[in-house]
Amino acid sequence: MKLHEYQSKELMRQYGIPVPESAVADSAEAAEAAAVALADDGYTRFAVKAQVHAGGRGKGGGIKLADSPAEAGKLAGEMLGTQLVTPQTGSQGVPVNKVLIEGGADIAKELYIAVTIDRSRRCPVIIASSEGGMDIEEVAATQPDKIYNEWITPGWGLQAFEAAGVAYALGLTGKSQRAGAVVIQKLAHMFLDLDAALAEINPLIVTSDERVMALDAKITIDDNVLFRRPDLEALRDQSAEDELEVAAAEHGLSYIALDGTVGCMVNGAGLAMATMDEILLAGGQPANFLDVGGGASVERVAAAFKILLQAPKLNSVLINIFGGIVRGDRVAKGIIEAIETIEVAVPVTVRLQGTNAAEGRQLLRESSLEFILAETLDEAARKAVEASQ
Amino acid sequence: MSILVDSNSRVLVQGITGTEGSFHSRQCIEYGTNVVAGVTPGKGGQTFDDTVPVFNSVERACAETDADVSLIFVPPAFAADAIKEAAAAGIRLAICITEGIPTLDVIEAVAYARDRGTRVVGPNCPGVISPETCKVGIMPGFVHREGCVGVISRSGTLTYEAVDQLTRVELGQSTSVGIGGDQVIGTTFRDCLEMFAEDEQTRGVVLIGEIGGSSEEDAAEYLADDYPLPVVAFIAGRTAPPGKRMGHAGAIIAGGKGTADEKMRVLAEAGATVVDSPAIIGVTMAEILGA
Repeated sequence: MKLHEYQSKELMRQYGIPVPESAVADSAEAAEAAAVALADDGYTRFAVKAQVHAGGRGKGGGIKLADSPAEAGKLAGEMLGTQLVTPQTGSQGVPVNKVLIEGGADIAKELYIAVTIDRSRRCPVIIASSEGGMDIEEVAATQPDKIYNEWITPGWGLQAFEAAGVAYALGLTGKSQRAGAVVIQKLAHMFLDLDAALAEINPLIVTSDERVMALDAKITIDDNVLFRRPDLEALRDQSAEDELEVAAAEHGLSYIALDGTVGCMVNGAGLAMATMDEILLAGGQPANFLDVGGGASVERVAAAFKILLQAPKLNSVLINIFGGIVRGDRVAKGIIEAIETIEVAVPVTVRLQGTNAAEGRQLLRESSLEFILAETLDEAARKAVEASQ
Repeated sequence: MSILVDSNSRVLVQGITGTEGSFHSRQCIEYGTNVVAGVTPGKGGQTFDDTVPVFNSVERACAETDADVSLIFVPPAFAADAIKEAAAAGIRLAICITEGIPTLDVIEAVAYARDRGTRVVGPNCPGVISPETCKVGIMPGFVHREGCVGVISRSGTLTYEAVDQLTRVELGQSTSVGIGGDQVIGTTFRDCLEMFAEDEQTRGVVLIGEIGGSSEEDAAEYLADDYPLPVVAFIAGRTAPPGKRMGHAGAIIAGGKGTADEKMRVLAEAGATVVDSPAIIGVTMAEILGA
């Protein structure tokens, strides 16, 4: 679960990581008032930052600088209620419902620091770079020697000497080295304490008086901890999430919309991806990823159909179920019942394999509904693509 | 002779009295697996289906039954602890089916287990089966046949698909290992490739990967160094959009890394036969082995 910048900064503040003075606003008036308060504290420049779950905001016009509270209010008004398109969003963009108004910082140096999971080494890892403020993947690709890693021993946390080593590796010296090491250790502690998947500061700035602070902040929480962290679950912003993906999740389905014409409904994530790949090989384009789970019950199949049918270009559906523990005849009954309760106007290709697959196919053949039946995965994809053309 | 589990395996089920645990324990027993004990805290002293003694702790169960393999069906909140408990009791192999365990919990549990010499398979996996001998997991037993191909996969149903094909071409499987779909897992492709290389029964290996992470790349690096067996590989997720989690927690292309095309490229370079379509995994292996 992704958090917004303002939420991430609030958490960092709680964990003792210095962040610039700021306030969140959802209207031009509130934005101007926030900037006035900052001006009272002595700030003369104000950053207006769109609060969206996407990187590349600067490139997309989601970060603007104002020289007066009035200008900050005006810029916020122009940003709020629009769809922000960045290199990391689709062409439709993401809605801007809130902006962060922040006192302009005095930047002497921009660094990069993050904590995430190293899957291969099976432990958290600190990623640090002296090249802050840039896309870190680009730095990794073009200047790999500018990236420094420190791995955190499971169960022990980041040690002070390790944090100090990272700060030295960033080229910090004196007061800023000590301040940097403290921030790095606090960031690691926060990452572990929040059960985060990512805690990133880009850029971490050093000011001309050698203070260190987080100019931007991004935290992603491990979805698997939300059951025991209602405090973090409360930070979820559903308006920033895909409506159909949210609806699918409520039914225990895993769904991702794509741009093609062939809808698919599959049990198991790996087989679902493989089915999409097979559709592509057969000359078609998948409309979605949809894993109905191992069970494929009537309720789930019906819910899956309702979600599938909302894809704008959909003109064919492929159902691919490998019956393991779930029996093919039960799945077939589920499909028939689901289609009888909701109107499905596009051709439906079904491939059942595994336990009682023959009985399942027999039920589909004998039903009053029209199904295109297939035995193998490639045959199913071919037929579903043909039906879409 | 198969890898990981065989006719000598003495299996303990953690969470045997739960809905999932009891259903799949019955299926394993029916398949012929030697299920010697169950563990459910608070239910020690009961007997599962009048045949399997239930204990309060893994330590107690091991002391009474000499179990050496544990199959874990414990809910996500307690599953990492269950892995540690198995390791502390001296279990050799802990196979964790549970999906949805917090990643940092898994990291700690796997490190704890490794320090005690316990191998973890999973979590979020279908388990391990050496066909016609020992099934320790939730896979449908009937699609498997004892044979000569080792199967390693991050997926569930896609594995059954490949296994079914290998059965149809009459090659069968030595052992099929579902290594799990999470970001952090206890046993990798590389670990299994090493074990299959040492196994006399295994004449070829099917590797089923997917987008996300770099475990296929790690496997390729190992394969490139004169791997003794032919490998057929398929990578799911060529059509997956970047930045989206495709069902499995670990199936995500992040920062341009972990794409299917890249994994297919390095595996092919390392000498594996990489197939475009999952529908031809079985026939491709049959051609290579001349069956």
